[in-house]
Amino acid sequence: MSTVVETHDHGHHGPAKGLTRWLFTTNHKDIGTLYLWFSCLMLFIGGSMAMVIRAELFQPGLQIVQPEFFNQMTTNHGLIMVFGVIMPAFVGLANWMIPMQIGAPDMALPRLNNLSFWLLPMAFGILLSTLFMPEGGPNFGWTFYAPLSTTYAPSTVNFFIFSVHIMGISSILGSINIITTIFNMRAPGMTLMKMPLFVWSWLITAYLLIAVMPVLAGVVTMMLMDINFGTSFFNAGGGGDPVLFQHVFWFFGHPEVYIMILPAFGIASHIIETFSRKPIFGYTSMVYAMSSIAILSFVVWAHHMFTVGMPLAGELFFMYSTMLIAIPTGVKVFNWIATMYKGSISFETPMLFAIAFVALFTIGGFSGLMLAIVPADFQYHDTYFVVAHFHYVLVPGSLFGIIAGVYYWLPKWTGNMYDETLGQLHFWLTFVSVNLTFFPMHFVGLAGMPRRYPDYALQFADFNMIISVGSFLFGISQLLLVFIVIKSIRAGKKAKPEVWEGSGKLGLEWTLESPAPYHTFTVQPEVK
Amino acid sequence: MDSKKTIRNLLGIVFGMFAFGFLLVPIYDVFCEITGLNGKVTGPSYLSESSRDITDQREVLIQFMTHNNESMPWTFKSKKVQMRIKTGSQQEAIFVFENTTDKEMVGQVIPSVSPGRGAEFFHKTECFCFESQTLAAGERVELPVRFIVDPALPEEIGSLSLGYTLFDITDQIKESQALANL
Repeated sequence: MSTVVETHDHGHHGPAKGLTRWLFTTNHKDIGTLYLWFSCLMLFIGGSMAMVIRAELFQPGLQIVQPEFFNQMTTNHGLIMVFGVIMPAFVGLANWMIPMQIGAPDMALPRLNNLSFWLLPMAFGILLSTLFMPEGGPNFGWTFYAPLSTTYAPSTVNFFIFSVHIMGISSILGSINIITTIFNMRAPGMTLMKMPLFVWSWLITAYLLIAVMPVLAGVVTMMLMDINFGTSFFNAGGGGDPVLFQHVFWFFGHPEVYIMILPAFGIASHIIETFSRKPIFGYTSMVYAMSSIAILSFVVWAHHMFTVGMPLAGELFFMYSTMLIAIPTGVKVFNWIATMYKGSISFETPMLFAIAFVALFTIGGFSGLMLAIVPADFQYHDTYFVVAHFHYVLVPGSLFGIIAGVYYWLPKWTGNMYDETLGQLHFWLTFVSVNLTFFPMHFVGLAGMPRRYPDYALQFADFNMIISVGSFLFGISQLLLVFIVIKSIRAGKKAKPEVWEGSGKLGLEWTLESPAPYHTFTVQPEVK
Repeated sequence: MDSKKTIRNLLGIVFGMFAFGFLLVPIYDVFCEITGLNGKVTGPSYLSESSRDITDQREVLIQFMTHNNESMPWTFKSKKVQMRIKTGSQQEAIFVFENTTDKEMVGQVIPSVSPGRGAEFFHKTECFCFESQTLAAGERVELPVRFIVDPALPEEIGSLSLGYTLFDITDQIKESQALANL
């Protein structure tokens, strides 16, 4: 252990100057910052695609874009939000916080860390470049079902496949780095069951990533071979099976959705205990709940494809296993509420986002339970009800978790408090607009509006106008977040080492000064 | 713990899972075969022991359906729409293929039996679906399917539908030949 410390302890020097600082950096804080800004940029790119979608759906009929372009927008919006926003933002938070929370000087593999980040702009550069090609970008939905993505795809699908490969390599390298750091670089005395919950959530997430990202790489490789080398993995004409695509894809896809929520569970746990001024209720059960969610995620994939034609026994198995996930998730929600119960709560911006996370994520969880019921799913399948469900778990779920984490740790990163008034304004604008956007989607979905169409029947017009107005408000409100972050970087009330009242007891990161020095924990602290 | 060892183990998981992704393909086929899901029927196979008992014969209705996949221009028909047959006995049905275009093409027929649960009791002893068909421009052929329905077919299944879909695989054959010639 001591050798690891020594190799990083070569005098106190600050960051390099200029652009090369960011290109060649191996510092976990710099790389964390790069990840977070990258994900912020992608949020606005993917967000503007959502704005195009909502502008087109503002009224029935085709007004703004052609259906072909609309399909490219829905596809790229999904891909960018999943792989370019939520995942990199969590990796950025992991880079910043995991070494500081476990008392390590840096990540275990700093150069690999640099590579993991710089692969991402390459991957998304390739993906976005397809939009400017004559045939247009991928237009087969973010789930890229065969044969739509093989036989009927534009030739730019090859660019899409390579960009998914690169994203996958980036995530796998990042996960290997995180697991190695957590296992080998914890401060002396920090046993696994003393680790902060954010670190636990990331340990589990990283294991999920290295288990399923290779399967995604496999499935896109099969597509590549079907398209270019005459194989027939998914082509019925050559003895393959398009349904196989859905099985392999969702074998990756379902663990993937937990990859996108588990780190948010960790963040919410820290914020709720800090602002309730009580240690988290049921730490051990939180760890076990996250682990069982992760394990169960491997045996529920076919609930995404109930309507594909499955024997009753299969449908029942996947229905019950899916419902089983509600139990560990329920344990977590119970623990968060029990932590707040009789706590001395104050409502700073991170806490507001964390409470909204608990409440709205639970709504998304309940609609998930509804979708798990096989006979009901035949009604809901591929309607806006599904869109409402997964946006409720991804926007007020994952994204609120990320925003809450950014507000919570921002003073530690910049050394300045953010503007609390603007933060509260940002929260209320976001909270109102997110519900205005996604709640009515439940109604139009139950009434039968199908997803992925640029047009809809007249009876859905009023709700769609409300949804579009909500989404424009939501989009604009996020500019306020960028303003608040930049304002806090430039100036603001100086933050104490223990940024939040009493947080000094809750984690090692709060024992460091604010802003955290460029090199931290060159001598590892002792954890009792 | 040693970092190098951790990294080695993790890389092992990564490569293992990549291989597992491909392994899912044969697993899926075996799974469909065992359970008879998807109405996938396999090549010629033997009848179950009980089925040799000729006294257990009963009547079953077999219906034939032919489809052309999307752009396939051939004419593809069954001579009979349906047959009433006895289980356990060898039967024959004739299908007609005609290449109506002015160039040579390769077609491949993919079978499917429904209900899926009946698929495992439908045994084909000879079928054009086992291999691809090459027809010259304007060529017309009649090809037989010989099959036996296992008397072990569950009581509640009174009729079976044999669906055939004809795919145009001319381009694929050309592609794989081009690859083989590399």
